[in-house]
Amino acid sequence: MSDSLIDAPAGSGAEQSAVAASLTPIGAGAAGLASPHVVRRGGEFVHYAVRNPKLLFGLALEALFVLGAIIGPIISPHNATDLFRSYLHPSAQHWLGTNNIGNDLFAQLVYGLRDSYLVGALGALCASAIGMALGFIAGYRGGWLDEVLQMVTNIMVMIPSLVLLIVIGAYLTTRGVLFEGVFIGLTTWPWVARAVRAQTFTLRSRDFVDLARLSGKRPAAIVVRDIAPNMASYLFLVVVLLFGSSMLLAASYDFLGLGPTNGISLGTMMNQAMLWSALQLHTWWWFVAPGVVLTGMVVALLIANVGLDEVFNPKLRSQ
Amino acid sequence: MSTLQIEQVSKLYRTSGLAGGVTRALREVSFDIDQGEVVTLIGESGSGKTTLGKIVLRLITASSGKVVFQGADIAGFGRAELREYYRYVQGIFQDPFSSYNPIYKADRVFEMLRDVYFPRVPQRAWEAKIDSALEAVTLNPGDVRNRYPHQLSGGQLQRLLIARALLLDVKLLIADEVISMLDASTRVDILNLLVSLKRAGLAILFITHDLSLGNYVSDRTVILRRGAIAEMGPTPAVFGNPQHSYTKALLDAVPQLHKKWHSPGAVRDVSAATRRPGRSVGPVALAPPALTECEPGHLVAVEE
Amino acid sequence: MTVRVENLKIAYRTLAGDVCPVDDVSFSVGDDEIMGLAGESGCGKSTLGTSLIRLETRMAVLGGKVELDGVELPIDDDRAMRRYRMKEISLVPQYAMSALNPTRKIRRLAADLLRCHGVGYGEIADELRRRLDLVGLDAGVLDRYPFELSGGMRQRVTLVLSTLLNPSLLIADEVTSALDVSTQRAVGELMMEFRDRRFVKSMIAITHDLSILAQIADSILVMYAGRLAEKAGSDTIVNSPLHPYTQLLLASLPAVGVRHDDTTLVGIPGRPPPLSNPPAGCRFADRCPFAYARCKEQPPFTEVRPGHQVACWKVAEEVQAA
Repeated sequence: MSDSLIDAPAGSGAEQSAVAASLTPIGAGAAGLASPHVVRRGGEFVHYAVRNPKLLFGLALEALFVLGAIIGPIISPHNATDLFRSYLHPSAQHWLGTNNIGNDLFAQLVYGLRDSYLVGALGALCASAIGMALGFIAGYRGGWLDEVLQMVTNIMVMIPSLVLLIVIGAYLTTRGVLFEGVFIGLTTWPWVARAVRAQTFTLRSRDFVDLARLSGKRPAAIVVRDIAPNMASYLFLVVVLLFGSSMLLAASYDFLGLGPTNGISLGTMMNQAMLWSALQLHTWWWFVAPGVVLTGMVVALLIANVGLDEVFNPKLRSQ
Repeated sequence: MSTLQIEQVSKLYRTSGLAGGVTRALREVSFDIDQGEVVTLIGESGSGKTTLGKIVLRLITASSGKVVFQGADIAGFGRAELREYYRYVQGIFQDPFSSYNPIYKADRVFEMLRDVYFPRVPQRAWEAKIDSALEAVTLNPGDVRNRYPHQLSGGQLQRLLIARALLLDVKLLIADEVISMLDASTRVDILNLLVSLKRAGLAILFITHDLSLGNYVSDRTVILRRGAIAEMGPTPAVFGNPQHSYTKALLDAVPQLHKKWHSPGAVRDVSAATRRPGRSVGPVALAPPALTECEPGHLVAVEE
Repeated sequence: MTVRVENLKIAYRTLAGDVCPVDDVSFSVGDDEIMGLAGESGCGKSTLGTSLIRLETRMAVLGGKVELDGVELPIDDDRAMRRYRMKEISLVPQYAMSALNPTRKIRRLAADLLRCHGVGYGEIADELRRRLDLVGLDAGVLDRYPFELSGGMRQRVTLVLSTLLNPSLLIADEVTSALDVSTQRAVGELMMEFRDRRFVKSMIAITHDLSILAQIADSILVMYAGRLAEKAGSDTIVNSPLHPYTQLLLASLPAVGVRHDDTTLVGIPGRPPPLSNPPAGCRFADRCPFAYARCKEQPPFTEVRPGHQVACWKVAEEVQAA
């Protein structure tokens, strides 16, 4: 039974109790200029978020496309695979005209939006999961584990993903959206890992991580409960950026004919347009619509991302 | 047996890059800390004092030498033994606002201990424990419970950390520059608190660069210079009868309220002031300068 | 009279309203004077000192004026202040360690700074080398990057660069705070040397450390919660302070040689009031052992003895009675 220091008579007599009795914090609650580390509370984020023009514009634009992806197939008068007369100009019956074999292009566009979003989400999730896991481990542990993971990251960066995709494509003659999403995830995680590792390094040297270690917490618990929440805004931005770049990457692969063998996406539309000489034949409606929509989707996300960065980081705010 | 024995502890850092050298942060430092004793570790930046504190807390590992706590070498501790070690040895750091995770409330530092160290304590008893720990550090529970770190002052935050250590059965407290970021008017209160805890039996390793603080609270003083001990002994002896030129230079340089650096009318020798005291050029040898006893308990290193 | 500040009031704009870290401040600094500006964190001393040279974007001047060598300084006009910066009024910032651009050699830094103010590097190169020599740095420092220098060396380089054009007023913001004891002394002595050699006409040294000011300052101005508490010669402040805050502050400083077993020092209980919502009347009243009914009214900062100004009703009454 140790004589606990708590029960020991604290204080050296009169002075201590006088001090204790008169300890009345004045104006508790309001953070005066004395405390330099004012924390951004959720309410403050929301306040700045609804006043940030870039964020609002980006979100609104993206919402438009998401809406299109959801209700487009419902309101579209035709299906993507129905056949009509070829090369019809945009008109009241076919809002974006028809392609070389007579599919309604508007229907293809709105169905294609779904695929693009699906691949984007899959790719972003995959890359985030792998990149963050490896980034946290490397950043927290340091030492030889960090060196090994860095080497793995460098190797992955060096492998040209396009060539890899071509080679895989030669063996896997039927590929779906799932494959493409996972492939993008598996090839784009390195920069996420690097970014997360760098941030984790910085946070790890903070005293509160040392204090968590001195409290007997396990490393995994420290990463999840102490380090990651302090990077939450950063991680959020990373995921948003990944989402946009996955969509763009998927469209590029599709455009080159390396995309899913079934289904329609924005990229495959542009691929077909190119293969059937849309440019030379002046059937502009075939590739302009998917191109503009794709650009819009990605740009909206990037602008929203910039706005979000300003919301989270007070130093970037203009006023 | 002393509570803590530091035996020939060295720490080397391999500096990466083209220069590729070795930084000797600590060179075979040895001393003991007993129950109910405040030992001050004084050093300037680069002396290795914070490194030593972290080695004792096992936040970093020593390159050689050992730290023995109540007879056991802490380097050999597995995870369970380390948890037990932290029940008796705790640390408090310099920046109170960095010691708290800003997104959680300040009393989370108590909750963090609960799962590991007080798993079966019912809620009422737990609250009572926290309240008595807060009272022991002269904090009013109503003022500090349920608040975020930015709503509390630096002094309150440091006291909260001391209260956290008291919740456990702490026998040794490593206090690394705990008051240097606090305002002058609150520093003394924390120091007085530490002394009262010492009187109740706590051993404290008080790490600081400020000689006047060291003089105020400590029983023994260890002066660290470039990773090795320059002088150590009972505080009145080291401060009252400094033997090493480094100690003397440090005492001369301390700005004091009632004693000027120079007597009035003396010509100021600026070039002398800009030379760091006792600074020798060149790399640091691994072997620390040997210590000789000039008075009982008062050890001085050979000049380097 | 180098600097005269009259009724200066500076506000910091926040979402929750205006916060005034500088609330109706008046003082003056004479030629060859080093004035120490002391106070604890949050009292407004840094804001006061640095806004004399550069007002931060979120700050606004709500009233008062600043005069340097008889000329009014447009401190609220960032562009207009450019003519004065470095030539008439200069700053050694708090973290001078990080004030130096890490990707530039010192020589290039100096040249850039000088060019901004219309001075060619060549004209002043000799003087620069002389001053570096004075502070104990050899000319080779010019060809090094900041990270190759130690903290004390960087502080000295910043001191030299800031005073190169012989400004009338130098504002030194916590320049000794992050330094070791021995380097503190070196930098403190350098500051006095610079004043003696008239590289600067007068200096405002901002710090929380009264013992450093006891060494280097001629006069000390103590601030509390945005207002002035006391101003007098440094010997007077250290040996016979009148304001209760100053007295309690000095009593809580452990000096070398004071041991707990012999004398237990006592701090000042409580905390300074939040500047976002300061109390009416004397701001120190709730922590002051001498507070009485009259303290609900803000005491004026008046001269109670020659050269000694205090803002305290009790002190004013006692001096009148005497």
